Amino acid sequence: MIRAEHIAKSFDGRKVLEDISVRFEQGKTNLVIGRSGSGKTVFLKCLVGLLDIDEGAIWYGNTCFSDLGFRARKTIRRDIGMIFQGGALLDSSTVEENVRLPLDLFTRQSEKEKAERVDFCLQRVALKNANQLYPSELSGGMIKRVAIARAIVLNPKYLFCDEPNSGLDPMTSNVIDNLIREITEEYNITTIINTHDMNSVMEIGEKIVFLHEGKKWWEGTKSDILHSDNRELNDFVFASTMAQRARGYERMVQERPECAAKDVFK
Amino acid sequence: MIREIIKPFEELGRYCILMGKVFSRPEKASIYYRRILFEMEALGMSSILITAIISIFMGAVVTLQMSINLESSFISRSLIGYATRETMILEFSSTVVALILAGKVGSNIASEIGTMRITEQIDALEIMGVNSASYLILPKIVATVLFFPLLTILSILIGNFGGYLVAVVTRIMIPDDYVQGLLTDFKPYSIVYSLIKIAVFAFIITSVSAFYGYNAKGNSLEVGRASTKAVVASCVIILMFNLILTQLLLI
Repeated sequence: MIRAEHIAKSFDGRKVLEDISVRFEQGKTNLVIGRSGSGKTVFLKCLVGLLDIDEGAIWYGNTCFSDLGFRARKTIRRDIGMIFQGGALLDSSTVEENVRLPLDLFTRQSEKEKAERVDFCLQRVALKNANQLYPSELSGGMIKRVAIARAIVLNPKYLFCDEPNSGLDPMTSNVIDNLIREITEEYNITTIINTHDMNSVMEIGEKIVFLHEGKKWWEGTKSDILHSDNRELNDFVFASTMAQRARGYERMVQERPECAAKDVFK
Repeated sequence: MIREIIKPFEELGRYCILMGKVFSRPEKASIYYRRILFEMEALGMSSILITAIISIFMGAVVTLQMSINLESSFISRSLIGYATRETMILEFSSTVVALILAGKVGSNIASEIGTMRITEQIDALEIMGVNSASYLILPKIVATVLFFPLLTILSILIGNFGGYLVAVVTRIMIPDDYVQGLLTDFKPYSIVYSLIKIAVFAFIITSVSAFYGYNAKGNSLEVGRASTKAVVASCVIILMFNLILTQLLLI
């Protein structure tokens, strides 16, 4: 479980995050949504300690992470896996070396054990025969999969994903979404995903936090989101014509359930 | 105005803090050992050709110029070989080679680390709990401090050979006179002085370039700027330290 309490962050006097309090549950895919510039990435970077918060506190379980120094944070960071927007794979290392790096640095496993673990993680993300490729030789979807494999190689307790679907086609996005959901359930980890992809929200969002202008504007589940009266949230969620039509469709289904297409709104 | 005056001191402070992180206890020695070997190949071995090319031409040019300017029946021709050797050992093979490597290796380091910064690769290392400054910069510093002295020795040998070659090809002097000059009044301490200088210069080039790359922000334009700043700052600092080290070690 991760808890943010009244956190605030400013850059050169400009408030980017203001009084955000939220609790992210273990074993669930927690989504942070919001428009570009709403503070999602800054919020995520504050949670993982890449940026120091100005006010408030961040708790990992019973440990106040924001009070810890650089060295003390290291022990918690080894329980954190993170998938960056662009993958952030080391360009000068192969896929295998990228995934193996945390094992090399923080475990005393033999070469054979490390190789087995790397192969297991790459198979888990459905990547075969890619061990010796460099990031420049991979597609966008493959880069995200390697990033996921690297994030889970040390069996993390916390998984952070910064817009994991950006730049991917809808089908690959679904594959990545499902992979993240499966891993979250399989290892019972606390997963926090930054996204503005509404497909992801409806597909894997178990708990959703909506940020608007650096503030927490709304919090709920994916079924709540369709019935919310929050205007800013509705503007964001139903920005596309297709989503607006879908909402009209959902209202129609409520009035005439016999017309519902099966499994559209789970 | 005051901000402009304070800025260099701020940068010096940030540089010292970064070096503190770089020289803190490494995560795992075996990983660093592998990375040092990798960096020796990437930064050192790849500089052999450029060092050899500039050294052979510089040795040849110095010999030609000495020969032209010392055209007198009162001056022994062997002095040309002596002067070429001393020029190569005392100044060229350490300082001039360092300035050229500041351009090649310095810009390479700054752009590599700068790109890693803006593509969040450094953030990814930090998230893993890795001391990114130490992991990325320390192997480069160790590799260059160990390898650049070898380049200097190579440069001295090739530079002096370049002088010999020009004597043979142009017949501007008798090659035996040149060889006799090379062997006259040789002081091994000059080599030690040259190696100390290049080791210090290697540290300056790598650490200063890494500092600018590590602190790059924004986009690819900033990486380019960081790279340029790294080369300029390295060159200026090398020239300053050249004066300081000469004063300390030779006088």
